[in-house]
Amino acid sequence: MKRLISMAAIILAAVLGLAFWSHSLAKAQGATGDNTLNLANWGDYIDPALIKKFEKQTGYHVNLETFDSNEAMYTKIQQGGTSYDLTVPSEYMVEKMRNAKMLVPLDKSKLKDLSNFGALYMNRSFDPGNKYSLPYFWGTLGIIYNDKFVKPGEIQHWNDLWKSKYRDNIMLIDSARDIMGFSLRSMGKSMNTTDPNTLALAKAKLDQMSPNVKAVVADEIKMYMAADESALAVDWSGEAADMMANNSHLHYVVPSEGSNLWFDNLVIPKTAKHFKAIYAFLNFLTNAKNAAQNADYVGYSTPNVAALKLLPKAVRNDKQFYPDEDVIKKSEVYSDLAPKTVGLYNDLYLEFKMYRK
Amino acid sequence: MKKTTNLAFYVPYILWILLFVIAPMLLIVYQSFFNIEGQFTFSNYATYFHSSTYIMMTINSVWYAFLITALTLVISYPAAYLLHYAKHKELWLLLIILPTWINLLLKAYAFIGIFSQDGGINTFLQMMGLGTHQFLFTDFSFIFVASYIEIPFMILPIFNGIEELNEGLVNASRDLGAKWWQTFTRVILPLTMSGVKSGVQAVFIPSLSLFMLTRLIGGNRVITLGTAIEEHFLTTMNWGMGSTIGVILIIAMVVIMFLTGERKKKGGRRA
Repeated sequence: MKRLISMAAIILAAVLGLAFWSHSLAKAQGATGDNTLNLANWGDYIDPALIKKFEKQTGYHVNLETFDSNEAMYTKIQQGGTSYDLTVPSEYMVEKMRNAKMLVPLDKSKLKDLSNFGALYMNRSFDPGNKYSLPYFWGTLGIIYNDKFVKPGEIQHWNDLWKSKYRDNIMLIDSARDIMGFSLRSMGKSMNTTDPNTLALAKAKLDQMSPNVKAVVADEIKMYMAADESALAVDWSGEAADMMANNSHLHYVVPSEGSNLWFDNLVIPKTAKHFKAIYAFLNFLTNAKNAAQNADYVGYSTPNVAALKLLPKAVRNDKQFYPDEDVIKKSEVYSDLAPKTVGLYNDLYLEFKMYRK
Repeated sequence: MKKTTNLAFYVPYILWILLFVIAPMLLIVYQSFFNIEGQFTFSNYATYFHSSTYIMMTINSVWYAFLITALTLVISYPAAYLLHYAKHKELWLLLIILPTWINLLLKAYAFIGIFSQDGGINTFLQMMGLGTHQFLFTDFSFIFVASYIEIPFMILPIFNGIEELNEGLVNASRDLGAKWWQTFTRVILPLTMSGVKSGVQAVFIPSLSLFMLTRLIGGNRVITLGTAIEEHFLTTMNWGMGSTIGVILIIAMVVIMFLTGERKKKGGRRA
């Protein structure tokens, strides 16, 4: 009898203990000492050598925590228990966090090298005047082709994906916003369309493409493309760079009618405490030499024009990752849509995935 | 005194069930009554039953789950039967269970390697002069891999059922002149039916909500309710709709348990 009661007590104690432990663990992380900087970043998205250099130069200790989706990071900060000083949301998430009053405005007077950033990458719709964010890396949505199966120059426009000769030969990244987005773009509509009728038309157009679609996959798309599994793929420029590093037959095209322009941005969430370290780190990263080193490591396009000048010519003039200004100007940044519209995008996208001819 | 001791035995068990079975289920049911804006509503259920997308998806899920279950059953019953008469059956059984110790994702990735354009099968086909074929992202590969993964869960209960079978009854039916087929349908099958039923439960129910395989092997060309739940929770952040589908899956599972479960006596005579 006694043992049974104690067993029951143990289960309850274990549950409470776990809850307490996870709470205190989250609190303990980084909350120790004033010499630290708690950085939340995407996995493998900063050169580790730079962090070491920063620690050596300034004496601050960097706690790096990684996340793998904007939503996961948002939920973590919103629910408390974290003490991030800096985090790296994508553009629509900056807008969402800003609206949710989860960001601390930047003190521009403490930033030394703001002029390093290119005008094209500043003052975008998600954060007018860059009140809260500094661009970290940027990129596009585009088409990857394998020159074993597709001749260079054959793919120029989104509409080329609908050609019947690519039957069963296109892979799509599993993302509602991007797939619906390029269909909208191919119709000459905005990628931020909220009108249900236009969205329905974009979905109907995607259905027409269905015979060409070999698979709709997530991260695996990189592995498949590197293994010559498909002739074409629609994916982000950063992912394309990873694929191309593993297969020299792959090339990346940003359709000339424009595409999506994405930005990952450094922001200070409201959980921040170590402001001295934050500005030291922001200045460190904005420094042209450091930004160039980071861009070289990460392989994404840098918004830091001063850093770009330090990169090799082959990188600077690579139209795949630094497209013409004209294309950039035609491209759109995603805005944070109302939950209802996001739901509509997803429902239509799900219907497209189910559509079979 | 004795009675209280007996009751007390149940306390840890009941606590466990309350915290980890009942509470999560209630939470899912609770969530399913909220729309994306956090208002109380029944509209999720209305959407589900009025949308041809979800109805089609449900039919798809049930159909694929049925195919997977049928295929595993066809393979597992003879396998379990042979296993029963095999020498070293512990060893064979271990070999069948062994793959379940390996992580599901690893197995899926292994199959990607086997089925891909320059994978094992296509290399072989090419050597035979048959050219390469598309295996990945087809119904065939999806059902094949899902069945491969579920087979141990079908073989084990059937094997246990056959093990419990009284050999005397089989011999008796033979002595009394029953043909091999008659012995099988009249004696062996009815007596091992409970094993088959629990095997079907163990395979059909998880197959209904498979979702990793639909993407990795099926390339999202196979869409099941599991895919929809994943999408609602992770991308749309529409937990209400995701929970609604979850509730419907739970109900579907209860129905299947009921259909394949032991009913008290009644049907016993027919055997």
